[in-house]
Amino acid sequence: MSDTIASTDAAATAGPRKGSLLVLDKRTRKRNAAEARFRLMGQIAVTIGVLALVGLLTSILMNGLSSFRQTYIQVSVYLDPAKLDKNGNRNLEDIAKVTTFGYAPLLKKALADKMAKEGISIEGLSEKDAAALISKEAPADLRRYVLAHPTSIGKTVSFNLLASGRIDGYYKGRVTMESAKLDRNVSPQQLMLADKLKADGVLTTRFNWEFFTAPDASDTRPEAAGLGVAILGSAYMMLVVLVLSLPLGVAASIYLEEFAPQNALTDLIEVNIANLAAVPSIVFGILGLAVFINFAGLPQSAPIVGGLVLTLMTLPTIIIATRAALKAVPPSIRDAALGVGASKMQSVFHHVLPLAMPGILTGTIIGLAQALGETAPLLLIGMVAFVREYPGAPPEGFFDPASALPVQVYNWTQRGDPAFVERASGAIIVLLVFLVLMNLIAIILRRRFERRW
Amino acid sequence: MNQMTEVEQKAVEMLNEPKIVARNVQVYYGDTHAIKDVDVDIPAQSVTAFIGPSGCGKSTFLRTLNRMNDTIDICRVEGDILIDGEDVYDPKVDPVQLRAKVGMVFQKPNPFPKSIYDNVAYGPRIHGLSRNKTELDEIVTSSLQKAGLWDEVKDRLDAPGTGLSGGQQQRLCIARAIAVNPEIILMDEPCSALDPIATAKVEELIDELRENYTIVIVTHSMQQAARVSQRTAFFHLGVLVEEGPTEDIFTNPHDKRTQDYITGRFG
Amino acid sequence: MSVGILILIVLGLALLGYFVGRQRALSKAANEGRKLHSLPSYYGQFLALFTAVPALILLAAWLFVQPMLIESHVSGLIPDSAIPEGGARSLVMSDVRRIADGLDALMEQGGLGEEDLTRMRADLTNIRSRLAEVGIALGSNVPVEVFDAAKTYRSEKNTGSLLMTIAVLGLSLASGGWAFMRIRPELRARNNSETFVKALLLGSSLVAILTTVGIVGSLLFETFHFFQIYPAKDFFFSTVWNPQFRGGSDLGILPLLWGTFYVSFVALVVAVPIGLMIAIYLSEYAGRALRNLAKPAIEVLAGIPTIVYGLFALITVGPFLRDWIAQPMGLGTSSSSVLTAGLVMGIMLIPFVSSLSDDIINAVPQAMRDGSYGLGATQSETIRQVILPAALPGVVGAILLAASRAIGETMIVVLGAGAAARLGLNPFDAMTTVTVKIVSQLTGDTEFASPETLVAFALGLTLFVFTLGLNVLALYIVRKYREQYE
Repeated sequence: MSDTIASTDAAATAGPRKGSLLVLDKRTRKRNAAEARFRLMGQIAVTIGVLALVGLLTSILMNGLSSFRQTYIQVSVYLDPAKLDKNGNRNLEDIAKVTTFGYAPLLKKALADKMAKEGISIEGLSEKDAAALISKEAPADLRRYVLAHPTSIGKTVSFNLLASGRIDGYYKGRVTMESAKLDRNVSPQQLMLADKLKADGVLTTRFNWEFFTAPDASDTRPEAAGLGVAILGSAYMMLVVLVLSLPLGVAASIYLEEFAPQNALTDLIEVNIANLAAVPSIVFGILGLAVFINFAGLPQSAPIVGGLVLTLMTLPTIIIATRAALKAVPPSIRDAALGVGASKMQSVFHHVLPLAMPGILTGTIIGLAQALGETAPLLLIGMVAFVREYPGAPPEGFFDPASALPVQVYNWTQRGDPAFVERASGAIIVLLVFLVLMNLIAIILRRRFERRW
Repeated sequence: MNQMTEVEQKAVEMLNEPKIVARNVQVYYGDTHAIKDVDVDIPAQSVTAFIGPSGCGKSTFLRTLNRMNDTIDICRVEGDILIDGEDVYDPKVDPVQLRAKVGMVFQKPNPFPKSIYDNVAYGPRIHGLSRNKTELDEIVTSSLQKAGLWDEVKDRLDAPGTGLSGGQQQRLCIARAIAVNPEIILMDEPCSALDPIATAKVEELIDELRENYTIVIVTHSMQQAARVSQRTAFFHLGVLVEEGPTEDIFTNPHDKRTQDYITGRFG
Repeated sequence: MSVGILILIVLGLALLGYFVGRQRALSKAANEGRKLHSLPSYYGQFLALFTAVPALILLAAWLFVQPMLIESHVSGLIPDSAIPEGGARSLVMSDVRRIADGLDALMEQGGLGEEDLTRMRADLTNIRSRLAEVGIALGSNVPVEVFDAAKTYRSEKNTGSLLMTIAVLGLSLASGGWAFMRIRPELRARNNSETFVKALLLGSSLVAILTTVGIVGSLLFETFHFFQIYPAKDFFFSTVWNPQFRGGSDLGILPLLWGTFYVSFVALVVAVPIGLMIAIYLSEYAGRALRNLAKPAIEVLAGIPTIVYGLFALITVGPFLRDWIAQPMGLGTSSSSVLTAGLVMGIMLIPFVSSLSDDIINAVPQAMRDGSYGLGATQSETIRQVILPAALPGVVGAILLAASRAIGETMIVVLGAGAAARLGLNPFDAMTTVTVKIVSQLTGDTEFASPETLVAFALGLTLFVFTLGLNVLALYIVRKYREQYE
């Protein structure tokens, strides 16, 4: 003990003695500077995180918002019986024999007449080039109209037709006079004509409803491409996911949380659920391709297959959320039910489950939102296919080919025409709006029914 | 303002006497008034014990002495606390520098998840108390010796501090506090998590440390206060009821509440 | 009869069974003047469950087994001579299926009767053109054997589904009837139906195991096929990835793994410091107002689908890096590059790292902080020298989880990293990853049995093993870490 005390005095003088507390010593100042630097690093990190979000959203909005507006050309077309119904008998089958190519001259003539009437002429612009202002999709639209209204043949009907993608791009800043000089698909003369037509009110830009309803269009017709099939396909898939994953997930959670004995099987299930939550989504795509398509022989590109794959992916999310919700119901509720003579099953289904329902629904909606944005697995089960036909009504429609919102985005990014970048960004906005709505519902549910014991 | 200079004046006069002077100290937690009008003088090179029933504010008051309450957002301190005549709540005072001068040992042993050596060397390193490894080794060795832990751990300085027994951990925490070379050591119920044998060792250590440090100890146990302290302060409901030499407090309390507490009527 | 209608009928029967069961229990109890063991509705539930569940299980099993049986039988009918040179039996089988579908379509449109079909001969009628009418395009003229096989396929399929309908409905009625006979007042209907429900609950939770079995099974099975036609040594050790449509491909995984790890590394270099600092700043420094604002903003990043990040990489980050950094410095001319994909993936991982680290930092006990502050440490010293070392195992676990995410991420690399398999160091070069190649080998019309397609399964298996390994390791570390403070 004595040597301890002896060494004490030596050590007590070892450290430098401090001065007044009111004066910052040099070292403290240095340390405070380091503190400030560290704090600044934190601020920078948070700023980067927030800026990344802002940048991401701004980039998508700037590129995509214009897809909600579209340029149209208003022309009166004389539906020439000599061209559309050579036999003159208004027989639908005969009319149907005229292909879309047969309708193109009508449009060309209609636009030329319009220009003549308004006194518009552009030097070095042929009638054919002028007609190229109108989308290649327009003759098909015209044909569809005539087939639906055969009596209109011989009359002059006013149509609001899509302008071609480049003309549309001109009014969205994507195409300029300079770029048109270098562009095979559009000439400055055509743009001048477009300007004149706009001045006369023939060419207008308005809200693009077709973007939400129309099916996809081919490579050369970005102006006609819409999300109709993709939205329907995504909706079908979400329906499948909801119908399958909610009951399965809730049943599995109830078993694991309320009934499962402590044994190897339960452990195995738990381990599986934890690991499935971390399996890369593309592996689920491989599973879908190998099992649902190649093995079970379900059709490619079908919402049912997409729904099944997404169900398997969503299950862990729903199970984890449901178990948390079940766990949050205090044991006293179970004890109370058991105490009045209810069976275990009755206590769960009559008391615990209804109390846990808001939590379960919130988890389910969040799981659905995840599934809605999932892309990779759908690529592997053939959802990338070019689908123009709307799937039929459920349940048969589940087996028809369809697209999905995120896959449609991917599809459009693979096309050559830059107008498709606008479409892809627009589709992202639609997707994000759906996600925001779903999450809002989840938040409202949670706020409204949140219970604290 | 006037009053404050007066207080400071008085402090300067008594410079040789009390190490810590508290005048009219109020502590608020949000809307709760936790400490009311506490005046106390704490002499240097002695052990002062704060006793009182739990929730009486003794720990809160202890933590105002080295501004540990700063880390709690809603806590607010009013009044004057002077150490060596300097107001620790002066805006010019950096709590970091203050805490190097006023060390602290906590209720539950809280060694860092590092080696025993690194636990003790942590303070000297951040405060730059050594110029080289040899000096640091010396500080670590002497601190462990002063804490009476050297013989038990000298062969395993690289072992994790969390692997020691409870009593050893607490003495390691004391060594860690000593290594910074403070003038004052605050101890917040340092023995409440220890068994009687470990407690005895720590108490013995406190008694030895008194030679070089001013020690303030918060304790639950009146026996401990009687064993280790020279002066005792009794807190009750946020108020300092009575303060004086330990013997007087235990044998001849002036206040009825102190008497009741000491005789075990409440607590 | 379609499967949907069959299911509806069975469910309808079950509903009927519910009311019948209830009624029978009540009337029996009244007749015999005894009390029911359970509530009347449990007798209904008992009967309904027995009517629906066995029949539906049979249906599912049948749907699963029938295609396999027919497939193997029909494929045995096709002689080797009918298989074109260089083709595979599986290709002929897909023709068979398409012809069979086409015949169905023809019959539905009324252009063909059942008798016509028996008379129809591949060599006499021009099947190709008739099938083209219903939208089934065939590559070449159909050999007689294949057409006959298609006819057999079709008829077996039809017989099969007829048998299935009979069997399912029969079982539904039989087990329902058996349950009906057992309904007596003293039947412990509640206990019986609860046991039944419990079995169903257990069955649902087995889906997780089934999914894993499905994943592992399909990956192993097809990878095994792949290694039968392509040497495993070349797959694992070749540095060339060059798939050819006509065979003779080089399918070495090394360039893909390199690209995967390079992109993931860049992503982690971005995400780990930023995510960690965000977690530290928000939990140790930020005031309540900033925390309430910044935390949800960061979490929103986690809810954004990866296709959005991919598009961001493609249209914004890629061109920006190319035009402002790579080209002026002469480092590359490609807008898709390791750096593009890595940066964007890093952004995606920030919320992942920060929320995991946040949990972990908050798990470090307050006593550690107090101890450090009590010694006069500043906040940053406390964080760097006490909290982070204490939280290190947990943070390492979080980083491993993030790495596993990065390795398995698909859409960002598909749109941002490029398609060229390359072993290089320049981060401005386009490189490709395992996931990109899985997508490109399995999309589009490819011959399923070729090594170029099957390699995707071997890639998938590699990916699965890597991510699973990382996850198991990470979860193990995190769990150990949590135990330390419990």
